[in-house]
Amino acid sequence: MSTPIQMPALSPTMKEGKITKWLKKEGDKISSGEAVAEVETDKSNLEVEAYEDGYLLKIVVGENESAPVGAPIGYVGEKGEKVEAPAPSPKAAPAPAAQPVPPPKQAAPAAAAKPAAPPAVPTPRPQVGPAQVVPIRREEEAPSEEGRLRASPLAKRIAEERGLDLNAVQGSGPQGRIIKRDIEAALTRGATAPRLGPSFAVPAPMERREPQVVPLSSMRRVIAQRLAEVKPGVPHFYLTVDIEMDASMQIREEAKALDAKISVNDIVVKAAAIALRRMPKMNVSLQGEQLLQYANVDVGIAVAIEEGLITPIIRDADQKGLVAIAAEARDLAERARRRALKPQEYNGGSLTISNLGMFGVDSFVAVINPPQASIVAIGQVADKAVVRGSQVVVRKMMSATLSGDHRVIDGAVGAEYLRELKGLLEHPVRLLF
Amino acid sequence: MAEMMYREALNQALAEEMARDANVLLMGEEVGLYDGAFKVSNGLLTRFGSARVVDTPISELGFCGIGVGAAMVGLRPVVELMTWNFALLAIDQILNNAAKLRHMSGGQLRCPIVFRGPAGAGGRLSSQHSQEFDVVYSHFPGIKVVAPATPRDAKGLLKSAIRDDNPVVMFEGERLYAIKGEVPDGELLVPIGKAEVKREGRDVSIITWSRMYYFCEQAAAELEKEGIRAEILDLRSLRPMDEEAILNTVKKTNRAVVVEEGWPHGGFGAQVVDTIQSKAFDYLDAPVRRVTGLDVNMSYAANLENAIQPDAPRIIQAVKNVMYREEA
Repeated sequence: MSTPIQMPALSPTMKEGKITKWLKKEGDKISSGEAVAEVETDKSNLEVEAYEDGYLLKIVVGENESAPVGAPIGYVGEKGEKVEAPAPSPKAAPAPAAQPVPPPKQAAPAAAAKPAAPPAVPTPRPQVGPAQVVPIRREEEAPSEEGRLRASPLAKRIAEERGLDLNAVQGSGPQGRIIKRDIEAALTRGATAPRLGPSFAVPAPMERREPQVVPLSSMRRVIAQRLAEVKPGVPHFYLTVDIEMDASMQIREEAKALDAKISVNDIVVKAAAIALRRMPKMNVSLQGEQLLQYANVDVGIAVAIEEGLITPIIRDADQKGLVAIAAEARDLAERARRRALKPQEYNGGSLTISNLGMFGVDSFVAVINPPQASIVAIGQVADKAVVRGSQVVVRKMMSATLSGDHRVIDGAVGAEYLRELKGLLEHPVRLLF
Repeated sequence: MAEMMYREALNQALAEEMARDANVLLMGEEVGLYDGAFKVSNGLLTRFGSARVVDTPISELGFCGIGVGAAMVGLRPVVELMTWNFALLAIDQILNNAAKLRHMSGGQLRCPIVFRGPAGAGGRLSSQHSQEFDVVYSHFPGIKVVAPATPRDAKGLLKSAIRDDNPVVMFEGERLYAIKGEVPDGELLVPIGKAEVKREGRDVSIITWSRMYYFCEQAAAELEKEGIRAEILDLRSLRPMDEEAILNTVKKTNRAVVVEEGWPHGGFGAQVVDTIQSKAFDYLDAPVRRVTGLDVNMSYAANLENAIQPDAPRIIQAVKNVMYREEA
């Protein structure tokens, strides 16, 4: 009689787990206590351990597939035995074996309040069942994989300064610690290619590449699911910064000298695009169960028209000069008002700039234009009294409020993006780097 | 430039400062008629008289307290402790009074006093008379602490200490008094709070103070034969501690060994290591190592006494360890 190995509940919030790796093949002999598979949960990676001796008869949830807690992921039994239970598909609804475990004691009053309904979210606890759980193996056993890279602080610093990938350096210190002499040897050999900071890696100009489809990690899926429960639709979060625009305004003066007309918004679009290029985590979009990681930087501009609002896209805005952006923005806005835009001109992108400065609005909060993942609301540039050093001085200030899709963008990522945007606008010479 | 012993350099500093400023006086056990237990005050009674070179009873708490009182009313006493072990009897006067008067009087009182005497192992004096107190006194705000290794630094730091308006604790050494070294002629003031690179090197920094400096020099000479060029930083002052000098040498060599005579647990060297790890972390190529006395009470037996104290071979081993030449 074969026994199922069930997807264990490895954390209180875990609803399903993804098999990252089977450590045993079908037909392998396994003994009780032996790890059979690695599972990625919403919190961490853990091993599933066999509870019985026998042979792994069948794997029903393959690598990189997910299964709900309690669902069979494989079967153990006598050698050559046929698996009696039908192999359910990994996407199947919670298998009968998934028994809602009574909520812990503290939750009892809440549960008692509505006795008729079963708890909406069963609080699974590690089950006493055919499978049990042990933490995944320690770093020293797998130094090359999840293991920590050992390097002296000095070695790390030199490697970073010289753009050397530490992963490519062999350490000669205790336990393989990479020390200065290893870095020097590697630099002398020139064996390792200098590594460009990922955020500065620029693709071939104007080359259009399909966005990369990234399966959601279990953690990201739980975040998306939970936030959508709390804030249905696109769960927004908001971050605001005040930006000193004096240096950026100077660009407009420079442009005039070149007979070019550049608006504040053009500069903001350019800076927003460069910041997106440097922060790929912002250049995403959640579409169904998939995260699209864009390779190109396309920035939308919100254009008010008589019937409402439309957001044409400036493609590859990070690659374009201010004059090109200004010309394109003018053309797109003009054709938007005539309703002459083609669909491909207002679809796609990950971020939109919405500017109400021309109406004298100081700051506002914008609604994300799905399936984009963020929008930046720009207020007017106005003289404000601000403190610099210990002096009150007059500066041209502008507010920028980011609305982010919290399912795919974390607050800290948004904050880092705004910091980059602010830095670019306050020191526009950085747009050159 | 004259070569003289550490005790002669101290004697010179005392004589010069007493001649310069009539408010400077020396007091302690046997500093007068006997010319000092270690002859530091040799000839001073004859020259300056018994009002300024005062033999005291064997009562540390009493005469340290008299010194603090004298300093409060404007004199500049130098209190000699026959050894720092005896100052345990007087520690309330030093740490609770001298160190706190300026603060607790809201700056109305000053306490320009120097407490000085030998510390550390003196040679078969056993547990009670062989102790280092550097970490004890430098733990407390309100006093300055100096621990010169060479005759030149001893003279220059004692003169600076006498002129300082704050209480200063000075650690000398029974085994330092007879060490000879060059002392520049004329006025010599070594600033309190300034370390000195005593030996230039680029491979590893050995940071030390007081008598251990000489073992570090021995170790560095041996290491040089193997091609390791050690830099020796003599802190000279423990409070204020010259952080800048520590960071400079570590940034230069990327490796450090801290050598001290005292015990390892909570020793002053741990303070040095903390400065390095917190302010020069990105410059370190190896964990900082400490060489200290062993964590036991000092033995009377000569062979055990030697085994307990750091020596050149232990320093060499620590240096090779931070150089990744051999495992500790």
